[in-house]
Amino acid sequence: MTPSSAGALTISDGRLALSALLILVNVGLSAALRLGLGRSLLLASVRMVVQLLLVGFVLEWLFRQDDAPLILLVGAAMAMIAGVSAVQRTRHRFAGIYLNSLLSVMASSALVTGLAVTGLIQPQPWYNPQYLIPLLGMVLGNTLNGLSLGLDRFMEGLRSGRDQVETDLALGATRWEACQPVVRDAIRVAMIPTINAMMVMGLVSLPGMMTGQILQGAAPAAAVRYQIVILFMIASATALGVFAVVGLAYGRLTSVDHQLRLDRLIPVGGATPSPATWTVLSWRRRGRG
Amino acid sequence: MPSRPAAIDRSLLLSAKDLERRLGDRLLWSQLDLELAAGDRLGLVAPSGAGKTLLLRTLALLDPPQAGRFNLLGRPPAAWGLPRWRAMVSYLAQRPVAAGGTVESNLRAPWRFREHRGPVGWSHERITSWLAALGRDPSFLRYDAERLSGGELQLLALLRVLQFDPTVLLLDEPTASLDGATTAAVEALLIGWLAGGPRAAVLISHDGEQIERLATRTLELQR
Repeated sequence: MTPSSAGALTISDGRLALSALLILVNVGLSAALRLGLGRSLLLASVRMVVQLLLVGFVLEWLFRQDDAPLILLVGAAMAMIAGVSAVQRTRHRFAGIYLNSLLSVMASSALVTGLAVTGLIQPQPWYNPQYLIPLLGMVLGNTLNGLSLGLDRFMEGLRSGRDQVETDLALGATRWEACQPVVRDAIRVAMIPTINAMMVMGLVSLPGMMTGQILQGAAPAAAVRYQIVILFMIASATALGVFAVVGLAYGRLTSVDHQLRLDRLIPVGGATPSPATWTVLSWRRRGRG
Repeated sequence: MPSRPAAIDRSLLLSAKDLERRLGDRLLWSQLDLELAAGDRLGLVAPSGAGKTLLLRTLALLDPPQAGRFNLLGRPPAAWGLPRWRAMVSYLAQRPVAAGGTVESNLRAPWRFREHRGPVGWSHERITSWLAALGRDPSFLRYDAERLSGGELQLLALLRVLQFDPTVLLLDEPTASLDGATTAAVEALLIGWLAGGPRAAVLISHDGEQIERLATRTLELQR
């Protein structure tokens, strides 16, 4: 896809096609065990290939741009997709959940990525798309998972813990005192993947970006430095985003009169979809970006 | 709280006017007025599904407001603040729940709410005297709350709310899982506690005889 550069070998079209045969392992397994995943696997493979080939072209075009507003617009579009996707995996919705998710994703990723390009990495100019876009992409991809987990855990936690929350309310608790255990649990669960990833980083997994840089001929020691910065960015952006999205959901599912408002929850696929939940955007997202 | 004879103090504690409640498009009740004076023990009588539990939840302001005006000791809910209101008009749920930990830690937990912080706090003596009245040993306090039987859980929930001396106690089937002897003990405890100050109670029970034994008057909800 990219013109052959310094270090890495170029993968020819034929070999690229050959790599697709690897998916036959999955298809065979699915058929043998009757997992019924054949269709999904095929669709996921085709989508992955098409999306990446397209992205290759888009990035080549994008990296030639030198127009801050345009680059920021692309970044905003990426954040928007992440914000919408974060809601897709939740089992319940409420009016405004997409807006909450968007706000949380945009605020956290803009803040953290902004700090990175202006202070930590300092590309010239600060909006240099070759840095800004991949950094943002990695932050968004991980924040998305955190938001998804946090939102779902919070809503389901309120549902299953409803009797406990209302018992506390009935005893004179404020809504915060009653919901605090559920909020804390949701944020904790949302942070687990990030913490796990940092724990085993380099021991179990070599992150994709680092692998890429090393294949391109970068010194591993230099690639590691980028990875450290990226992981701290991801951790802080995820924490900020999750905190925001759970906080906003808490505000929505409780009232200033210290009541639990689970009547505002709509089960996904339920009978009464609210127009405000943008059910139009119900495309599926599989695997990790 | 120093106790005065309840017979002298018959002041109005809680009033609720023009209550209306819908469930979906079904009208459960409308233009419902309710007044509770000190010493009142109001029994709610209604067929299943008439909204007895919802009426208690409405009085505790646990559900979003539909219609009605509420007043406790001459002040509306907004003047009290909702947590204060619920500390004074306390709802004891039909399905009691407890968090992890011992019975004692569950009884102590609500004392940490802002509403209950202050000079008066957890009283071991008071709880153990109530436990004795209910035929339970103080070792009950060390039981694992998540392994209590349904009846024991009801006792825990009852003591948890009683220790805050609410002005109006809203009891939703408080003895549903208890044996006859413990039920009698709970009823005696409740009557004694109610006489200890200007207090009132509203009671839901599937047991008509219990309503007859406990209630000073009844309110019938039609279906």
